[in-house]
Amino acid sequence: MSDAITAGSVTITGHGGDQIEAYLARPLDPAPHGSVVVIHHMPGYDAATKEIVRRFAVDGFAALCPNLYSREAPDASPDDASAAVRAAGGVPDERLVGDVDGAARHLKSLEGANGKVGVIGYCSGGRQTFLSACSLRLDAAVDCYGAFVVNDPPPGMPSSMKPLLGLAPDLSCPLLGLFGGDDQYPGPEETAKLAAELDKLGKTHEFHTYEGAGHAFFSVDRPSYRPEAATDGWARILDFYGRHLAA
Amino acid sequence: MCTYLTEKIAIEGSGKGAQGWFGLSHATVYVDHPVHAGYAHTVNIDFLNPAIGPSARVAVELTEEDALALVAAIQTALAAAPAGLASRNQ
Repeated sequence: MSDAITAGSVTITGHGGDQIEAYLARPLDPAPHGSVVVIHHMPGYDAATKEIVRRFAVDGFAALCPNLYSREAPDASPDDASAAVRAAGGVPDERLVGDVDGAARHLKSLEGANGKVGVIGYCSGGRQTFLSACSLRLDAAVDCYGAFVVNDPPPGMPSSMKPLLGLAPDLSCPLLGLFGGDDQYPGPEETAKLAAELDKLGKTHEFHTYEGAGHAFFSVDRPSYRPEAATDGWARILDFYGRHLAA
Repeated sequence: MCTYLTEKIAIEGSGKGAQGWFGLSHATVYVDHPVHAGYAHTVNIDFLNPAIGPSARVAVELTEEDALALVAAIQTALAAAPAGLASRNQ
């Protein structure tokens, strides 16, 4: 098996038929591959997120990250784009789901796709991962420290952002949750409530909370990075996708 | 906190960004993850002109203590100058 990959920007059809930018990485070997939609964190479609996309390709998955800020700031730097979208009120939930759906469809259309698509998101993307997995037919979902899945978003958030726990009966796939024990958003009590609800509903899930880690422990370019948690988390993600996204 | 909670005000003045000076129309203030500062959370202030584009931005990321010190410094500086000297209606 070759370890060669190809990676670069592509244009995909997102919510409402909009043409949006996305970053695609995939293995070059001809074997069938599972696919992963990567939802970037709130700071944007940045270099660290693109590295995550390439990591999935190296490990045998076709991965695609839509630029959720493509409409408002198509050519801006990731931090400027993030600031512009924040000032404009944020990414509406409905549009997010449409963009993830577009990314999943794009991945399924690629040569060598085995038809299985997972989703993963970090920070705000963790919440959006749960939203996507409850709104679309997917095969595996990984929520990395997404807040406001259980607890109501605070007053002042965009009106399109609704609490998500009520969507749990619609969760379409197994869910892996990776959280920091020192995180407050989401705090351990919030993730415990989500686990209890999923237990009640009989929804397959695996949650892991890392002691000594807070929010954004996967972020290699931030002081929140926790190598032990991130290394173990990556192993769990690849094992989880290996089981659920295989042909 | 990964929220979109943002204080946004209309402002008048100028800022100097990566492309040089430009007129400002808005400022946003929010407590969230910084892009560059070495903390998990900071007080982030953006001086913007969305009409020019997303790159028309002057950004700072400050600790809570220093953001409050900045507020006090602004008030001190204004108090030391004649009232209205820097007003929109000067």
